[in-house]
Amino acid sequence: MDRQDLLKIKERELARRKKFTLRCCMAAGCISANAEAVKAQLEKTVADLGMADDVEVRGVGCLKLCCQGPLVQVDPRGPLYEKVTTDTAPAIIGSLKGGKANLSQADPHHPFFERQQAIVLANSGQVDPERIDSYIAADGYLALHHALTEMTPKEVLDAIDASGLRGRGGAGFPTGLKWGTVAKSPGTKKYVICNADEGDPGAFMDRCVLESDPHNILEGMAIAGFAVGADQGFIYVRAEYPLAISRLQLAIKQAKQLGVLGSGIFGSPFNFNVDIRIGAGAFVCGEETALMMSIEGRRGTPRPRPPFPAESGLWECPTLINNVETFANVAAIIRHGADWFAGIGTEKSKGTKVFALAGKITNTGLIEVPMGTSLRTIVEEMGGGAPDGGRIKAVQTGGPSGGCIPAEAFDVPVDYESLGQLGSIMGSGGMIVMDQTTNMVEIARFFMEFCKDESCGKCVPCRAGTAQLYALLTKIIERRATARDLQILEELCDLVKHTSLCGLGQTAPNPTLSTLRFFRSEYEALLQPELPNGARATPANHLVTP
Amino acid sequence: MAAKTLTIDGKEISAEEGATILQAAEEHGITMPTLCHLDGVYDVGACRLCLVEVAGTPKLLPACTTRVTEGMDVKTDTERLRKYRRMTLELLFAERNHVCAVCVANGHCELQSLAYSQGMDHVRYEYRFPHWEVDNTHPLFGMDPHRCILCTRCVRACWHIEGAGTLNVSGRSAGSHIITDLNQPWGLADSCTRCGKCVMSCPTGALYYKGSTVSEMERDRSKLEFIVTAREKKQWIA
Repeated sequence: MDRQDLLKIKERELARRKKFTLRCCMAAGCISANAEAVKAQLEKTVADLGMADDVEVRGVGCLKLCCQGPLVQVDPRGPLYEKVTTDTAPAIIGSLKGGKANLSQADPHHPFFERQQAIVLANSGQVDPERIDSYIAADGYLALHHALTEMTPKEVLDAIDASGLRGRGGAGFPTGLKWGTVAKSPGTKKYVICNADEGDPGAFMDRCVLESDPHNILEGMAIAGFAVGADQGFIYVRAEYPLAISRLQLAIKQAKQLGVLGSGIFGSPFNFNVDIRIGAGAFVCGEETALMMSIEGRRGTPRPRPPFPAESGLWECPTLINNVETFANVAAIIRHGADWFAGIGTEKSKGTKVFALAGKITNTGLIEVPMGTSLRTIVEEMGGGAPDGGRIKAVQTGGPSGGCIPAEAFDVPVDYESLGQLGSIMGSGGMIVMDQTTNMVEIARFFMEFCKDESCGKCVPCRAGTAQLYALLTKIIERRATARDLQILEELCDLVKHTSLCGLGQTAPNPTLSTLRFFRSEYEALLQPELPNGARATPANHLVTP
Repeated sequence: MAAKTLTIDGKEISAEEGATILQAAEEHGITMPTLCHLDGVYDVGACRLCLVEVAGTPKLLPACTTRVTEGMDVKTDTERLRKYRRMTLELLFAERNHVCAVCVANGHCELQSLAYSQGMDHVRYEYRFPHWEVDNTHPLFGMDPHRCILCTRCVRACWHIEGAGTLNVSGRSAGSHIITDLNQPWGLADSCTRCGKCVMSCPTGALYYKGSTVSEMERDRSKLEFIVTAREKKQWIA
């Protein structure tokens, strides 16, 4: 396998193209809306009408506007049909022969599509995630070939460094610095891990990336392995993503058969294998040290850092661990160059970010925007505001580790620093929109309940502190709390934030702290007056005592 | 092995390379509260009582797992740390049913004495009053999870000093608890060698010798020290 072979596969694949292509979204969102039956119906109609020579029905990854699924895109330059059913599917085939399909179509010039810039999702909705040839036709594995045959590991490291790419798992650690540390760490055995244990409530970016373009992740991991000197990769993916797992398994098998993974890739001395490890449903296993414990087959609990995984990780070997979306950027950076990537985004946050837009918003779905796009653009223009004319109150980013950003602050550009200043975090990309019907104290309690249940139980502040915070928030919601309880709540948030062992505990108070910062009046409205002689008001006696 | 010089609470000290802040401090007579630390087994940094402030580091670091570095400036006893330690102890007392007056470990309990020494004189959090099953099936020892603080010292002693691997942690969050073998009654746990190192290592009255009553629980930790010293330094403590 060399460059010529890749190009031959690409040519063959392009030559196979028919007059029309119907791209059917086969990601989890559309499949749950019956996309598989729609695709089967399209195939049957094509066969029945004898149009198999002219029409290809292709299963592809996410077409992004999830709320309108199942989605079918007609190529070339045809409409994107929404909410296609098995009854209406034949009309799409009819439209190819000049008829008119009386089906709802998405507006391709809507900001939801026009404002997007695809790097991570470039192949999503284009290539068939179950066929490696389809990925190669989109210039897949050329970046790996280029890195292995024309670059030194140092040059790859320099390119990633110069691109300004930062970790997309949430904290935004500079990727080049991390790779460089692993490369410099002494040791003959090193590992590359892809963290696909996406667990934030409301987040589905990594899921869509894995389901839509699994080979891109494999290629990114292999380039990383070459750069840092690792020959083994692991993808740690949660068991709740069966489609992602099966597509990854298929992708690894195809890549090995073709020789783009395995021994002596592209005739170079570089070997790289990837194995899948499936998470058993613990949110804390998304924390890197707990994740590695889990891969080793032990109880998934975090350990203190340092030593960082870059020095001592999996089986105490230097380990590079990055998020799915981070790896998804790698091949594009090698293909188009670091300068191209560094030209996108803001001064400190380069490239694009994928967000899963959900909650009280008209256009639920997956978006990829350049860093620095304002929240207002994302929520009001792209997302189309709240459905049914509601008023948007806040956006929650970063899941249980993040915070709620009020509508007044929507002009903030989305980058790591700006969101941090607002008491939230970029997070992995979950973006939950809330309208005026949402009670912010309830939101704080929801996330605290999540953290309380998902704490691994190892360190005291997280295990016992989140349970007490949850109890205090419940007390406030049930109108049993006084101003003193609110003070205890704030002190306890401070303790849990600053003394917990891992990121889960350290960020667990964030949703509470950020709602206290921006929506304090909602808390105070629920407080009861402190009675004289130290007794606390209960709802009943509060009502009879003026 | 190179020596490192550092400052702890304003006192300049030297420590061996690779030593933890806790080891360096203890060597020079500086003490700090610990609960999950136990000489002889590796540290896990779980109780968060030995957190210290290190100049130039925004995060608080556990003294038991953080290695000394040259020129490090450590503070172990600031107002902020004292407040955090009291609150952490409050959380522990509220988490399970710690009733000193009827406990075998009364007067010999590390949690109790830490509450005294750290000035934790009241608990502001709601007591959780969880319900657990007491395991008295073992012929020699008993386990009362109500008094357990999940420091996992017993687990580490069982695995790394005795090498039996009987004890383990099961469950998550507040439902975490110590189990024996595959969550069988302790009396049916085949791997248990009845060595009693878990009981010796328990800081509270969660693990006890059967037949002991209120305040009678005295542990012989010197046995653990004896074994570990013999193993690591090939010296026999007479």
